[in-house]
Amino acid sequence: MSVEIKAVEIKPLRNTFTNVAELIGGDKPASRYQEATLGTQAQTNMHYRPTWEPGFELFDPRRSAIQMREWYDLRDPRQLYYSSWTIQRAKEQETQEANFDFVESRCLHLSLSPEVKKLAIDVLLPLRHAAWGANMNNNELCSRAYSEVLISPAIMQAMDNLGIAQYLTRLGLMLEEPEILDTAKAQWMNGAAWQPLRHLTEDSFVIRDFMEIFLVQNFVVDGLLYPLIYDRFVDDSLTSRGGSAVAMLTSFMPLWFTQSSKWVDGVLKVAAAESDENKALLSQWTSHWRDRTITALTPIATMAFGDQQEIMLNEVIEQFNARARKLGIDV
Amino acid sequence: MDMKASKKKLGIKERYAHMTRGLGWEPTYQPTEAVFPYDKYEGIKIHDWDKWVDPFRLTMDAYWKYQGEKDRKLYAVIEAFAQNNGHLNITDARYLSAIKLFWQGVSPLENYVVQGFARAGRHFRGEASRVACQMQAVDELRHYQTQTHSISNYNKYYNGFHSQRHMWDRVWYLSVPKSFGEDALTSGPFEFLIAISFSFEYVLTNLLFVPFMSGAAYNGDMSTVTFGFSAQSDESRHMTLGIEAIKFLLEQDPANVPIVQGWIDKWFWRGSKVLALVGMMMDYMLPKRVMSWKEAWEIYAEENGGALFRDLARYGIRPPKGWADACEAKNHISHQVWLLFYEYGGAAAFHTWSPTNEELDWLSAKYPETFDKYYRPRLEFLRDKHARGERVYQGTLPTLCTTCQIPLCFTEPGDPTKISHRETVHKDEKYVFCSDHCQEIFGNEPEKFVQSWLPVNQIYQGNCFKPDVDPTAPDFDPLKAVLEYFNYNLGRDNGEFEGSEDQQNFAKWRGQAVNN
Repeated sequence: MSVEIKAVEIKPLRNTFTNVAELIGGDKPASRYQEATLGTQAQTNMHYRPTWEPGFELFDPRRSAIQMREWYDLRDPRQLYYSSWTIQRAKEQETQEANFDFVESRCLHLSLSPEVKKLAIDVLLPLRHAAWGANMNNNELCSRAYSEVLISPAIMQAMDNLGIAQYLTRLGLMLEEPEILDTAKAQWMNGAAWQPLRHLTEDSFVIRDFMEIFLVQNFVVDGLLYPLIYDRFVDDSLTSRGGSAVAMLTSFMPLWFTQSSKWVDGVLKVAAAESDENKALLSQWTSHWRDRTITALTPIATMAFGDQQEIMLNEVIEQFNARARKLGIDV
Repeated sequence: MDMKASKKKLGIKERYAHMTRGLGWEPTYQPTEAVFPYDKYEGIKIHDWDKWVDPFRLTMDAYWKYQGEKDRKLYAVIEAFAQNNGHLNITDARYLSAIKLFWQGVSPLENYVVQGFARAGRHFRGEASRVACQMQAVDELRHYQTQTHSISNYNKYYNGFHSQRHMWDRVWYLSVPKSFGEDALTSGPFEFLIAISFSFEYVLTNLLFVPFMSGAAYNGDMSTVTFGFSAQSDESRHMTLGIEAIKFLLEQDPANVPIVQGWIDKWFWRGSKVLALVGMMMDYMLPKRVMSWKEAWEIYAEENGGALFRDLARYGIRPPKGWADACEAKNHISHQVWLLFYEYGGAAAFHTWSPTNEELDWLSAKYPETFDKYYRPRLEFLRDKHARGERVYQGTLPTLCTTCQIPLCFTEPGDPTKISHRETVHKDEKYVFCSDHCQEIFGNEPEKFVQSWLPVNQIYQGNCFKPDVDPTAPDFDPLKAVLEYFNYNLGRDNGEFEGSEDQQNFAKWRGQAVNN
């Protein structure tokens, strides 16, 4: 049995906005993601050149060497718009908050062995600066990218990066006195193990091509760092040594990485399939930055895994290469 | 076993500092100038970014929690509105013109500043200021998208909403807010902050956002007013950012004061010109009026703004240069702009009409010094012509101010019978302005403002036709070709309200909803 309430029905004059209809094959009912995102960035008749970059128009696809006939093809398979993003994050935050409460109320953080606690702090806390670096790059991406399909997910990604940096900060404050954050920052600034990663991060700050920024930060660096740190180090290695409290305090990160990878893969797959030139450029960027990232992660992997370092790193690299190939990127 | 360690409890301020400014570092592998290339060239001197006062101490976990709650409620209303034909509850179909104007001319600005705040959020050297800007960037994305989802339902049933992006990029009156937004976005990050966060969000938002949202509340527009209430707490944060930003810049170095003063002069004037569109909306487009434009100006600009500038005097800041002229204009601009749009109603993507006698009386009462003397006779003349079957439509193209891009329709300060008109010759080219202040803005940055994409000039140059149009064809109708370039549905989006499709459909559908 079904119940049907009668309501006054009025036939609409149209289903959606013209800028959306043009990109979904005509005037059809459109989703919230589509109406929020497709064809919304201004395209023509711009007034003034940017004083901060007079060589380009205000909105200009020439800020990347990647070329697309239609930039709006680079859609987000997650179909996130602000509301779905913030509601989803609010739910995840609730879980993460419950984890913080659980660990604290049962003093699980105090039951970590001194070695495990030290290792967790040594490996994870400097990464709050790496997450801040990711935030900078995604803000840069948002401000310089062409087409709303890149601009909106970029600012959401940037805020996610900030959230991750703040979760790591909370982890530090829970495990130790606040001074531990200064110690970790000193490691980031001067500790030998962290210099290659900081060097790589600072080099990424001066990349001007927005698609390269996207690729370096969200595909290559995150694509190697998150599986290495959160899957292998936190979830496997630390947990097997009685450090599951740390896994609870960072449960957001691997979950987030799985989601954000869907966006990254969706964009790169379409960009690579667009032309041989795109494919070649994406492949060249990927190989170059992958090798640098491996170099940067090696000392951290040594710290995290000791003599297992090479095995762990190789697993992650293989996984990353397979992912790249699936996207049509030669590595 | 008591394992609780006696850990230091951090205060909110210290804790927030760890969550934000503690995250950044001074680069050493790349020169700082290469990582932050944009925060010096405007001449602003910052000696100590740590003096930045965090305007709101919001971490991402709390942000998601609050915003998620707000959005759940908001979208429940948007859905209910769509499901129950909420659009039939508005006071009168004339109200639709007000939201068309908002959608066409204000919503795109929300989208614009996402990128501007992301740029500031990346490029200021101080981490705390960056986080505040980033939060505003993502809030502005929220505003653009929630407006899109609220308006989506109106677009299904009424005209003039369908081609926001096309129109924004092309239509003559939309180049007013578009050039305003692009002027801010193409400026350096500090000017952007003074333009948007201070001059716009702090000084003028109560004259832009509040009138539209109050208009929605007064006119039964559940969808828009719910968005407005939901955005209120975001707007409060944005205003706080604006006031903190300006105090920070002024306290950092005395050399910043004249630069900031120049920006305040410029952006107050530019903002007041954009607001002329709001004035027309408040006085003419709301079937149920909230207050007159003049009253709004007196409360929000003269009283609140006056207090603000008295407060800023201790930094050496004086009220904006155009203050007195803008205050005098409160008696005129809404009428001048409405008359302009009435006469150019064939080229606007919303409807215009003649006010009823009752509405004219309301205006007479609200504008005792000016309305009966200067404007009522013209409105009555136009109404009478329309009644005789001679609805007035201007067929010629107006002259635009090079700076604010509004057609020359404003009058001389002190003489409401004379159109204000200024000219500057720059590198052998003549440029026209609506006022001393727009002329001065051009004079301060001629290299920027010679680039203005002035729709009328572009039409005359033949740049405003669709690509497949042949202007040499014998039956070529240039006006029609331009309106097609704007993506107008001719006769449905534009022109007189009386007899329009929107008017007829609204009456028919409301009849279906309330009668058997």
